[in-house]
Order: sequence, then C-alpha cells, then structure tokens
Amino acid sequence: MPKAKVNGDEVEFEPGMTVLQVAERAGHEIPRFCYHERLSIAGNCRMCLVEVKPGPPKPQASCALPAAENQEIFTNTPMVKKAREGVIEFLLINHPLDCPICDQGGECDLQDQAMGYGRDDSRYEENKRAVEEKHMGPLIKTVMTRCIQCTRCVRFITEVAGSSEIGLISRGEDVEITTYLGSAVTSELSANVIDLCPVGALTSRPYAFEARPWELKKTESIDVMDALGSSIRIDSRGPAVLRVLPRTNDDVNEEWISDKTRYACDGLQRQRLDKPMIREAGKLRAVTWGEAFDLVASKISAAGPEKVGVIAGDLQDAESMKAALDLFGGMGVTSLDCRQDGMTLGGGPRESWLFNSTINGIEQADAILLIGVNPRLDAPVLNARIRKQWIAGKISVGVIGEQADLTYSYDYLGAGTATLNGLAKSKSAFAEAFKNAQRPMIIVGQGALSRGDGLKAAAAAAKSFNVVREGWNGWNVLHTAASRVGGLDMGFTPKAGGKSAADLVAKGGAEVLLLMGADEMDLSATGAFVVYMGTHGDAGAHRADVILPGAAYTEKNAIYVNTEGRVQLAERAVFPKGEAREDWAILRALSERLGHKLPYDTLDALRAKLFEDHPTFGQIDYAPGSTPVSFDLSGLGGGDASDAPFTGSARPFHLTNPIARASVTMAECSALVSGAHKHAAE
Amino acid sequence: MVGILEDKDRIFTNLYGLHDWGLEGAKQRGCWNGVRDMIDAGPAWIIDNMKQSGLRGRGGAGFGTGLKWSFMPKEVKEGRPHYLVVNADESEPGTCKDREIMRHDPHLLIEGCLIASFAMQAHACYIYMRGEYVREREVLEAAIKQAYDAKLIGKNNVHGWDFDVFVHHGGGAYICGEETALLESLEGKKGQPRLKPPFPAGAGLYGCPTTVNNVESIAVAGPILRRGAAWFAGFGRPNNTGTKLFCVSGHVNLPCNVEEAMSIPFKQLMEDHCGGIRGGWGNLKAVIPGGSSVRMIPAEQCEDVLMDFDALRDLGSGLGTAAVIVMDKSTDLVRAIARLSYFYKHESCGQCTPCREGTGWMWRVMERMATGEAEMHEIDTLLDVTTQVEGHTICALGDAAAWPIQGLFKHFRHEVEDRITNYRIGKPHVQGATLIAAE
Repeated sequence: MPKAKVNGDEVEFEPGMTVLQVAERAGHEIPRFCYHERLSIAGNCRMCLVEVKPGPPKPQASCALPAAENQEIFTNTPMVKKAREGVIEFLLINHPLDCPICDQGGECDLQDQAMGYGRDDSRYEENKRAVEEKHMGPLIKTVMTRCIQCTRCVRFITEVAGSSEIGLISRGEDVEITTYLGSAVTSELSANVIDLCPVGALTSRPYAFEARPWELKKTESIDVMDALGSSIRIDSRGPAVLRVLPRTNDDVNEEWISDKTRYACDGLQRQRLDKPMIREAGKLRAVTWGEAFDLVASKISAAGPEKVGVIAGDLQDAESMKAALDLFGGMGVTSLDCRQDGMTLGGGPRESWLFNSTINGIEQADAILLIGVNPRLDAPVLNARIRKQWIAGKISVGVIGEQADLTYSYDYLGAGTATLNGLAKSKSAFAEAFKNAQRPMIIVGQGALSRGDGLKAAAAAAKSFNVVREGWNGWNVLHTAASRVGGLDMGFTPKAGGKSAADLVAKGGAEVLLLMGADEMDLSATGAFVVYMGTHGDAGAHRADVILPGAAYTEKNAIYVNTEGRVQLAERAVFPKGEAREDWAILRALSERLGHKLPYDTLDALRAKLFEDHPTFGQIDYAPGSTPVSFDLSGLGGGDASDAPFTGSARPFHLTNPIARASVTMAECSALVSGAHKHAAE
Repeated sequence: MVGILEDKDRIFTNLYGLHDWGLEGAKQRGCWNGVRDMIDAGPAWIIDNMKQSGLRGRGGAGFGTGLKWSFMPKEVKEGRPHYLVVNADESEPGTCKDREIMRHDPHLLIEGCLIASFAMQAHACYIYMRGEYVREREVLEAAIKQAYDAKLIGKNNVHGWDFDVFVHHGGGAYICGEETALLESLEGKKGQPRLKPPFPAGAGLYGCPTTVNNVESIAVAGPILRRGAAWFAGFGRPNNTGTKLFCVSGHVNLPCNVEEAMSIPFKQLMEDHCGGIRGGWGNLKAVIPGGSSVRMIPAEQCEDVLMDFDALRDLGSGLGTAAVIVMDKSTDLVRAIARLSYFYKHESCGQCTPCREGTGWMWRVMERMATGEAEMHEIDTLLDVTTQVEGHTICALGDAAAWPIQGLFKHFRHEVEDRITNYRIGKPHVQGATLIAAE
C-alpha cells in the first residue's frame, strides 16, 4: 500500500483515498462542514484546507484531493491555521448569534468548530444578511439565516432520497437553500437532512424547543416501524421519548432512517393503555391486574384450548411471542398466528421467509425483480440502498405489481401472476438482463405474499431464473412487520388443526381471542371474548373485553429479528406507562392463573429458553446472508391463479401501526401526502 | 504604420471589420489555406509546432497552448469522445477582443477549431458564447453555415476529418468564463466551478477528455501553422512570444483594439496606437494592464514596462487578457476599485465560503473607504480579508476579487488614508454628538 506522511507521522493508505481520509487514518482530525462520507464531494465549505507537499503554495481542500504516494500532509502549519480561521470568520459574519435560542445548540458543528478553530473576536462591522424562512413541511423547521450553504441537504435529497425537491438558488452571497416553489418535502427520508445540517438551519419541527441534547438520556435501540430493524438512538427525558435519531449501521440502515421511524415517537405519549380494564355493559372499567387475570383465566379455561386463538401483532417482540407460544402451546392451543395480513409463508425452510441476499447484498446485485412490493413505502431505507446501486449504474430493475415512483427508473412488466408466470419465456429487455445476471434478486412483498397464488408464482419464477445458486441466494422476502421473521422463526403459526388469523377473527372463529398488539385486522365479525394485550387504544382495544396494558418498543429490553433474519437487541429507554408491564411478564403472571406456570422468572431465563429451543435467536447481530444453500421453493404458496393485480400497501405509509396512528406528526404527514390538509383560509 | 508589428505580420487583418467577414473575404485573407496539409501532417506535428511557437493561452492565465493540447489522452477510448470547448464567454471588464474576432474574422476561429480538434482527436467542438453577444453569435453562426456549405467542416468534409461545431449561448454570467463552470453550464447545470483535480483533460464535458481554450488562442492556430512556428516565435521576448490583441480603454485619446507584438513597451503602445494618455504622459496615474482581475500598476512603473506576461508578473500584476485600463489623474481610484469589488460580489457564484462571504464584505468596506467613512484600522483588516479569500477558493474568482484591492493599497494606500482623515475633519469624534447637543 502507498504511504504518506501526516504531520510527520507515516501512514499507509489504500489507493483512491482522499487526503482527508488519510489524515483521519493517521489520527489527525480535519474539520469540515460540507464533506460527508455518504454524499458526493462538494468541496465548497473550504474548512478542510490543508497544506500538501509537493503541491502549490496554497492550501488545498483535503476532502477532494486524492492522496498520493510519498505525499506530505500538514494540518497544523500557520498556513492551515490561518485558512481555518478565515473560513470560520467568513461563515460567522452572516450567521446569526442566536445560539441561545437555536435548537442545534450543543450539537452544532459550527459552534464546536468555531470554538476549536476560529478567531476569538469579530472584525465584521457591516450589517448581517437575513434570509427568508422556507416552508419544508411538517417535519423540517427552517431558520435559513443560519444556513452556511454547505449543500449537504441538497445532495442528500438528490442523491440518496432521489427526489430533487431541495436546491440552491441565486448566486453569490444571495444563495439560498429552498424547496421547489416552496412546497413541502415529500420524501420518506426527508428528515435525515436535519441530522446532516451542520448548523441550525434545518431542525426538527416536532422537537422544536423541547430539550437540549445534554439533558437527554441516550439509549441505543432498534426500530420497529418497518421490518428493517434500523439502528436508532432513543433520546428521552424522564418518562418521555423526545426524539429518535439514527445510529450508523452499515449492514442495515447506513445512517439514515425513515421519517416514520424518526417521528412516530410522539405517538408513544398518546392513546396509551396504562391500566388493566374490563368491559362491562359496553364500557371499560379500570381494574386491578388480579381482577383482569381472573377474568381472562376463567374465560380461557371455560372455552378450552381448541376454542382459544392467539394473534401476535406487527410490533411484538420475540420474547413475548415465545412466552405465548410456550404458554398456549403447552395448554394445547393450536390456533396461533403472527400473520395478520394473511400471508402463507411459514413452516418451511427458514430461508423461504428471509431477505436472503441481505441489505448489504443489494450492492452486489446486478438485476432486481420487485414482485408486489413498493420498497419506497415498505422500507424507505432499503429503497435508498437500491437507488444507490442504481446510481452506480450496476443494476436493472423490473417491477411486477403497483406502478409507483420508486426514485429510480425501472422496467414495468405487468401487474399480476400472469406476467410473472410469463416472464421466463419473455423476450423483454429486462427478462434478458435478469436471465444473464450474475447476482439476480427477487424481492417479494406484501402484495404477492398475501395471496397464495402470488407466492407460488414468485417461487416458480425464482426457480426458473435460478436465483438461488452457489454463493448467492437471490430469494428475498421484504416483510413490513418488525415481529414477523421472529414469529415465523419460532413457529408462531397454526399447529395441526389450528386456524389462521383470518379464520380466527371470522364469525365463530374462536371463543376467546388473545390479541397481542394485533390492530390491523377487521374485528367486526368476531363474536369471541377478546383479550387485548398492547399499548395503544387502537382497533384491538376498541373491541376488547379485557385490556392488559403492555410495553411499547422503547419501554422494554427485547429481541427483534429483521427481514434479513438479523437478530437484534432493543434496549429500554423509558419505563412502561402507569401500571403497564412488559408483555412477557404479563404472560408469565397469567400462566400461573391458568395453572400452566411458565418455567422462567426473568427475561434472561426466558431468553435462555428461546435460544435453546430456537438456536437462530442466539446469533445476535448476525444475518445468515448468502451462504450457499439449496432449499425447496416448490412448496410455497398455492391456490388457483388469479388475474387480480398485486395490490400495493393497503395502509398509508405514515399510519401502518398503532404508534404511528397515535402520532400527531404522522397524521400531519399523512394528510399532506393525501392532499387532505386544510388551508387556513377555509 | 507605427508600432512594432508590421501590417504583413498581422493575423487579424479584418479586426476592424473593414472587409468582408464571410468565407470569400476570409479566403482572400488566407484563411482555410493549407488546412488540408496541416491535417495530413498529423496531430503530433500540429502540437509540436504549437509548442514551438511559444503561444501562451490568451484567456488570462497564460498557460502554454501547445502544452495544454498535449495533455489530452493520445488514444480515444470507446464511449469517451474528446471535445474541444472554446471559451467565448468574454466578460472580463475591459476586454473586448474575442467579440471582434467573432464578428469580423469568424472563419479564423472556425478554422482554428478544426485544427485544434484534429490535434486532440475531437470530432465535436462547442463554442460557449457570452449571453450578451447576440450579433456576434449571428455572424459566427452564419460563418459556420458557410463553412458547412463549403464542406470545410461537417461530415465527409474536404479536410478528411469529420467535425462539427456547435454554438451555445450562455446566460451572461461572468463565472461561466471559468472553464469548469463553463462546462457545467454547457451541460445544462448551474454554472459553478468544479473541483480540480480532475482536470478537464481527464474528465471534462460529460466526463470526457476536454480542452477549453480562449477564442484568440484558437483563432491564431491556423496562421501560426501556415506561417511557421518560428515566425510567430519571432515576436516578443522568449517565453512571451507572438502577437497579441490589446484592448485599450480608459483615459487615452484613442481607445482601441489593436494587434501588436508581445513585449511592446507600454509607453509605445500608448503613444503609437492610442494617441497618448489624455492630457499627456504626465497626467497618467495608474494602469490596470490585464483586465479588472489584476493588480494595478502606478504611473512611475509604467515608464518602461513591457506588455508581456513575465514583465507584468514581476511587478506583481499580470497581462491577463491584455485589457489595458488607463486611468489619469482625474480618476478616483478608490471609487473605481470599489466598483470592481461590486462586480465580483455580484458575479460570485456563491459556492464556496471565502468568495461568497468575502466578496460582499470587501465590497462593503470598499464602499465606505470610497467615501472615507471608514476607520483607519479597517485598511489592515480589509487587506487581511483579501488574503483570507485569495488562494482559498475553488476557482480563481476569489483571487480576482482580492487582487484589485491589494493593488490599490500597495500603491495608493496614502490616498485612502487621506480620504479617511479628511472625512473626519470638522466632524465630531463621537457619532451623534452634534445631534445631542442641538436637542
């Protein structure tokens, strides 16, 4: 490897690295504003100026300068010091000194770097520039006078999010960041610009004036808003979760999260179930846990195991599903299901329900076939990964199903199973590309999975295109529920003679129905005694006869398995509300009343049992990936082929789960997207 | 004729538009003559002769044209065609030479485009023309049509090198004269300079190898090759050879565009071609010798200075585009430079910090200096700010904005100091003091 010297320290570097990266590698920090590892290089802030030898007798922008063999890099010379002081001074002359009322205070790059590299006084005696505020929608608050025109937001929205909605207009000192004609930013990833903004120009609107960063308790956890399991940091103060930020995880979310992940957290404060309740004469009455358990136990015992059904919801953690499985499975209940949407996957080889290529694997793929899935809405961060590969010019994408704007161009092949079945014989450009691809990916989503014939056709296509091959597994299921893979992994599906979720909620499907945070089903037909264990006063609670208040994802230590099969640990940031308890503990308590006491008293003991019974759960932070496998896809799906097109996501992006539906911010976003927002004049 | 250059040695024989600009007229003046032979001699011969002629780029930076051409990859890679881009975005204040070439001698330019493109194995040439040059564009496009019709250029032309010329009209932004901003603009994007490296010869227009040359540099290529590199190199001093168009404006009796030999003494240029300084040589105060972007030189240095790259560089100034702005003793130099500062503030693209923020700051201070309404210590602050802009920006506009101010203070600091002092005479030391007393 070539070598360079940074302030006299010799360091090896990989060819193609920039001077800035080489200096970082040597342990010499270089300040920067516009440079960001995951965006294109702009080189416009000029903060990263360094001196290089050999080179011209003036400082060079290290972010854009390729390092060269035997180059000498200096970051501590008088020239560099003066250059940095100059840039900081220029940035500050038109920057308002409103740090005391700025939400970026305490986590502001300009603040930090002005302290570290700036002059101690100001020489500017002219009037400061002021810039009009811009409207960027309900998520992004703007104070554009603070903007230092680094263009990170422009580059993010253009390159990563793929919707050119933010731009830099005018020139010279009049340049302004703005949205196109002042319209709101509609990208599902839009709020990442808040993290990217090095100053307080773009800040979080829902979080405005809420807290200072040093007041917050920071908890590293896992997101449950979609099945990616993005790495997040939960910032809380006292009992309240104030904001959710992304953590860097190159394998999953890089450092982006969707707007839903970030802003559904205000839903954690609303519509919460914080006391056990029993419905009497149509009205819910708060009771003690003992009363509630007695009633539930008596109803379950009276009905008998064959008349009891258990449905796990989309946000359920693995531990509580394991506890339910052990408890009710042990009692002989066969009607257990974690698939509210009616998909038929489960029970076969584990690979059949995983995103086998892995999210990272998208960057190796050369052709992707999307079947009944809109990744932009089902997993916006994953969609950005596909776009990244598309920008690199390395993939062709084909779509069967809903024809939506995915932020990249694709070949639209058709809407349903007929197209899918005919693809193998098709002579279309995409079919040829897919046939010849070295690493083809099939991504199957809800639209196809929820129908037996869709799954069957997808599996047949996977077989005929041979997407599962030595060293590459191109069969990918993109789930939308954070709990789904965990549930399928432990077999939370109907046992022999058991009923599926859809059958359970049908008229006469069950006598006692236990809903574990299951809010996505139509409960109008069921005549069962409904026990709802969950967090929010949503669909399940409205129909419930007994409510057992549980803990939301920020309120418990829990395991979630993402769509890749990656087992991840979420950490508790705050405590459950009121009398609510962690879900597994509720089931543990209930088990004693039912006379089938579960054999674990602590979460650790429960996890030990889980790992023992299902070893895959023990592999924390590991995704099985494209290990050479051969598995039988032929058993997947079934039923008569239908001509109906694959539907897209039935629910609006911002309202897919009870937490998001309780969120005011998500409601605003949803209204904006659907165009239903009212004007002030109306 | 007075001056150094004799009429027989002039390249731009229709500089003043006295003759026919069209193909017939151009051919009579020698244009398009022998181009086939040059092409037959091969690219290496052309580049070699251009190097030997010593031609330095006429756009301002003075980089060797032949050397620049030789930086282009020798082989054209599949899918990466080579391009020649001609910078006709002539916006430097004081400069008006390219427009005369384009409207009076357009065939020299087109001929040069063909030769240069062939030398660099380019089949397409883009001429990026300043937005305000409407008539020039009409003439140039008409001339290009004549050349196409005569099969001088185009597919299967008489020269045996398939070649197309496209004229692109800019939006009138000064920054688009910077070569990479020009390429951005040509690609349909916002005219903001690119980071270098990569240089255009590696990744230019649409990411393909590109050379950007000034109109004058390209237009002289044909005559140089026709008459021989030695002929061209015979004018001027070593490293500053050839003939050059000088655009003299300001306080001279006959402002003019004139082609002269390089290294002509400034005084001779004034006396022979411009009718002398207004009010006589003794009335000269200062000269900006190379367009607004270089530092001015005071009258005493003008006495024996030669008009070429090296002599002016040694004085801390530069030849630039050879747009000589002459200022006599009636000139308010501070106001003049303040106006130039406004120009750079107005034309800064706003991409990088020092230029975006610094040009506005410098202009505002200069405006106050022009009235005297400034503090004495601000002079040093201002000079410090110019050094914070100079050399810290993506392109050279930051340097161009800093240098005129530095030139002013280098030679005429006392004028600004006097003005500040005089402004204060008779005024209370504390602002508003009289107001309070009167109330």
